[in-house]
Amino acid sequence: MSQTTDHSDRPWLDPEAEPFIKVQSVSKHFGDFTAVDSVDLDIYKGELFCLLGGSGCGKTTLLRMLAGFETPSSGSILIDGVNMNDVPPYERPVNMMFQSYALFPHMTVESNVGYGLRRDGVAKTEIEQRVEEMLAMVELTQFRKRKPHQLSGGQKQRVALARALIKQPKMLLLDEPLAALDKRLRVQTQYELMNIQDKLGVTFVVVTHDQEEAMTLSTRIAVMDVGRLQQIGTPTEIYEFPTSRLVANFIGNANMFAGRITENGTDHVVVESKDPTCNFYIDHGVSISEGTKVWVSLRPEKIRISKQAPEDSGTNCVKGMVNDIGYLGGTSTYRVLVGDEHIVEVTSPNLNRPKDGNPPIDWDEEVYLSWEASSSVVLTK
Amino acid sequence: MSIPAEAVTASEAGLKARILHRLMRLAQDRWRTLVLFVPFAWLLLFFLAPFFIVLKISLAETIIASPPFTPMIEWVDAGIMHIRVVIDNFAYLWEDDLYAKTYLNSLKISSISTILCLLVGYPMAYAIVRANHTTKHVLLMLVILPFWTSFLLRVYAWMGLLADQGTINNLLIAIGIIDEPMRMLYTPFAVYVGIVYTYVPFMILPLYANMEKLDWTLLEAAADLGARPMTTFFTVTLPMTMPGIIAGSLLVFIPATGEYVIPDLLGGGNVLMIGRVLYNEFNANIDWPVASAVAIALLLVLVLPMMLYQHIQAKEAESE
Repeated sequence: MSQTTDHSDRPWLDPEAEPFIKVQSVSKHFGDFTAVDSVDLDIYKGELFCLLGGSGCGKTTLLRMLAGFETPSSGSILIDGVNMNDVPPYERPVNMMFQSYALFPHMTVESNVGYGLRRDGVAKTEIEQRVEEMLAMVELTQFRKRKPHQLSGGQKQRVALARALIKQPKMLLLDEPLAALDKRLRVQTQYELMNIQDKLGVTFVVVTHDQEEAMTLSTRIAVMDVGRLQQIGTPTEIYEFPTSRLVANFIGNANMFAGRITENGTDHVVVESKDPTCNFYIDHGVSISEGTKVWVSLRPEKIRISKQAPEDSGTNCVKGMVNDIGYLGGTSTYRVLVGDEHIVEVTSPNLNRPKDGNPPIDWDEEVYLSWEASSSVVLTK
Repeated sequence: MSIPAEAVTASEAGLKARILHRLMRLAQDRWRTLVLFVPFAWLLLFFLAPFFIVLKISLAETIIASPPFTPMIEWVDAGIMHIRVVIDNFAYLWEDDLYAKTYLNSLKISSISTILCLLVGYPMAYAIVRANHTTKHVLLMLVILPFWTSFLLRVYAWMGLLADQGTINNLLIAIGIIDEPMRMLYTPFAVYVGIVYTYVPFMILPLYANMEKLDWTLLEAAADLGARPMTTFFTVTLPMTMPGIIAGSLLVFIPATGEYVIPDLLGGGNVLMIGRVLYNEFNANIDWPVASAVAIALLLVLVLPMMLYQHIQAKEAESE
């Protein structure tokens, strides 16, 4: 049965869709240092796209090139089909929310928010009306006469957002938008950002080093390291199907086992690992020859921990000893010593309340760790 | 119930710590008083005391004696004290329009010089702040370098440059731009050149200190919101650097108003400034009371607007 697939939510799957932003083999050098190394990237209209990576990975430089504060050393950036290389920041259909918010300290909240409209020569009454609307949206109406130094961190953040959105840009760039907020406010603001993005339909490009933030916010994530793009995908793809050890380790925790492919079928592979001694049966094929050195990544929450040996303990199972337990309330994290020195991390939900205060699994107990064939991922790099 | 022994010693220790803390605070206060006392004593001795002496002389009469003015307090007989306060000198300043003219001319010259210093110094300070680390220090050094030679020597050097047979005229004639020497020395132009040249570092340094703290992402934010470089300058950079502009302008304006050497050497008799009038009253006319009145009036002319300005600023800060 044929089915017309609707790609309106996932334009990147639609081969017909024209990307809104095209980053074409862009590099940026500062002297000898390469901040961004031949990056190719397509971002579609209405996306909430995250550039994720550690400090110095080039994500901010890439964002600054989109805003126009840096010019690419080579390659080109197209926004809505127009080459932006020679377009100065003040002529780009793009606005940015700065990490430090960069609110003008000598202006009131109102004048800060209206600054962009005044530059465009919008009529005074219209400016007033649109500032009013914007302040209502970010719930700052009663603070409009205040100066930035009289606001809290969260309020400053919302002023910055309102100021960047008032010109109705085609794309909003956000540099670590939540980094300066405390944790509780961060979570709340995350959802506010998503709501605003959904309501206005503006394309958001967010730079963050916080993987949790990236996972919650984005439609797609680009993981960057040392100036290169490591992987682009939806949060699920990045988490469940990482293409490299680097990505697997950067997003969430991953147990990594080194081994060799001993059997390579069309729908499965078997990887034999020496330390710890274990056979991995994995239900997806890979296009590499037998005997190649690979890594198997296994997420902590995908491992079952039990005191009894599972029925088929030949594959996808190891025996170990509990080394450490982290009780987190909802879940417990077990650090299990497998083999001589390999520590495997297991996260397990605490389904039942422990009887007589005794935990179901205790320190120094022998346990079996097992997992499904679909749980692990083979990585070649 | 008895209190355990440890608790007693603990509370005793707490008390001791508190007493010690008090003592240290007291010592700190003493120290603070001492530290504040020294500069205050300095100001009292070398600023306020001379000021009152000058004020006293300005209220006296000229006589041919040493010192050449009448004493303020005289003992006539036993137990009778005469206090003489002569306000004639100030009335004289008011009546003879030479003084009003000179004051106005001084204010005009120092205002124009301040604006010129700002126009020259602002871009220089900006360039120094934006320069890379090593260049920045070299440039700052160059700004301070002229202070290493005598101020008088540098003004004499300008005489040599600006004279009819001076370097600039000779050079221009040699190239063929002009046929006969331009008159530059002993004109207001020379005075402006001298004042701007001498005082521009006093404009650059406070501006530099102010711009050094400027958050440059604000300029990026302005550009991002659609402001062209010129608009960014007038809406963000200029207001943000206003404290530096005011500090630098005051540092140029105040000493320039009372400047004596530059108008005397470069302006000759053609440029009337209050410093020269003061000098003449003291040394040529030997009229100390009038000279002192000139000085006091100058102080009023300079200090009153500044106090007004500070008052307004304090009000503004309060209302925020």
